[in-house]
Amino acid sequence: MNLIKVYGSGCAACKKLEAMCREVIQENNLDAAVEKVTDIQAIMKTGILSTPGLEINGKMMSSGKLPTKSTLIHWIQDNIN
Amino acid sequence: MKNKFLVLSAFLLVWLLLYLNLNPITDIIVYSIFGLEKNTHLTNAIWFFIFEVPKVLMLLVLVVFGVGIIRSYFSPERTRKLLGGKSLFAGNVLASSLGVVTPFCSCSAIPLFLGFVQSGVPLGVTFSFLIAAPMINEVALVLLFGLFGWQTALLYASTGLLIAITAGYVIGRLKLEKFVESWVYETKANRIEFVEEKIPFNDRIDAGISAVKEIVAKVWLYIVIGIAVGAGIHGYVPENFMASLMGKSAWWSVPLSVLIGIPMYSNAAGIIPIVQALLEKGASLGTVLAFMMSVIGLSLPETIILKKVLKIQLIGIFVGVVGVGIIIVGYLFNYIFA
Repeated sequence: MNLIKVYGSGCAACKKLEAMCREVIQENNLDAAVEKVTDIQAIMKTGILSTPGLEINGKMMSSGKLPTKSTLIHWIQDNIN
Repeated sequence: MKNKFLVLSAFLLVWLLLYLNLNPITDIIVYSIFGLEKNTHLTNAIWFFIFEVPKVLMLLVLVVFGVGIIRSYFSPERTRKLLGGKSLFAGNVLASSLGVVTPFCSCSAIPLFLGFVQSGVPLGVTFSFLIAAPMINEVALVLLFGLFGWQTALLYASTGLLIAITAGYVIGRLKLEKFVESWVYETKANRIEFVEEKIPFNDRIDAGISAVKEIVAKVWLYIVIGIAVGAGIHGYVPENFMASLMGKSAWWSVPLSVLIGIPMYSNAAGIIPIVQALLEKGASLGTVLAFMMSVIGLSLPETIILKKVLKIQLIGIFVGVVGVGIIIVGYLFNYIFA
């Protein structure tokens, strides 16, 4: 099962990124689950310093920024099975 | 690729032509198209509005674009790497400067604080970063530059840096690590290294454009309202309305402004209308800058967020040290611009 994790608390960009991920998966009929991680300790464990953080199948893709939708589609398609 | 540079150059040229000719263009609109009578209160107010709104917005677009490109070279992870193992004073200077150019949102204050401290960046150096990052930002500088001139903007930036460096240094010297919640030092954060991809300059231009979209969309309304307020009071409220309350002669005005400013929370764009109204009506520059710095630099929501990782004593010292720094700057300006 492919797993996309969005790390971040309540910030606006964090919510947006989570929504974008779900959108991309639905629009492209991809088989992946999206999980939102809000626990600060869990966020710190990943080593990122700013939210939102985006992790696809265990690989940290970015932190502190909102990718454009086309970039996000690439990232997801390239990193899931 | 080539196309993008052409578009960019064309844009810059048009920008420059417009910016340099705002004065005659405003004259044409106000006197020829609207046909308003010269030198009445109302005409002056309308002229001020029509001149200032495009001027400030144009400056904002250009600066935010430039800063967006500069920021694409920095990230908090990279800044942390640069700050690791730096000695106290040099670390404070570096952290404050990096605070200005590293992309930062106060909603990320906690992960950033934890990530810095847990990977060995000294507490005082971390504070220098946390003070400089919100206080010296491009929107504040553009507005000060556009409305009050480059001297004011430069003074604001340099004294803001000075406060961040000194306050962080003082906090570092006081050895306050015991007032950080104990679990912070018990967890070791993983360090993450993003692959340093070579980003083509083309993509950095995109980063600049998206910064413009994001920030200008957020603040333009405040700015228009601020200038409208400024234009409205331009000719109507008595000139020295605020002088007795916030003028130079009232010695208590500086600490009082800071006390009022700390619990207030606003971004730079939101506070400028107030700043403009106060200055226009006889409040002195030092007092007003002190007010602005305390509103932007010290905010109640941020300190409440920090309560998760810091004991109340350390928060008190942090607010106290920065507050005293701001008060000193306020007096200094009132003295210099006597």
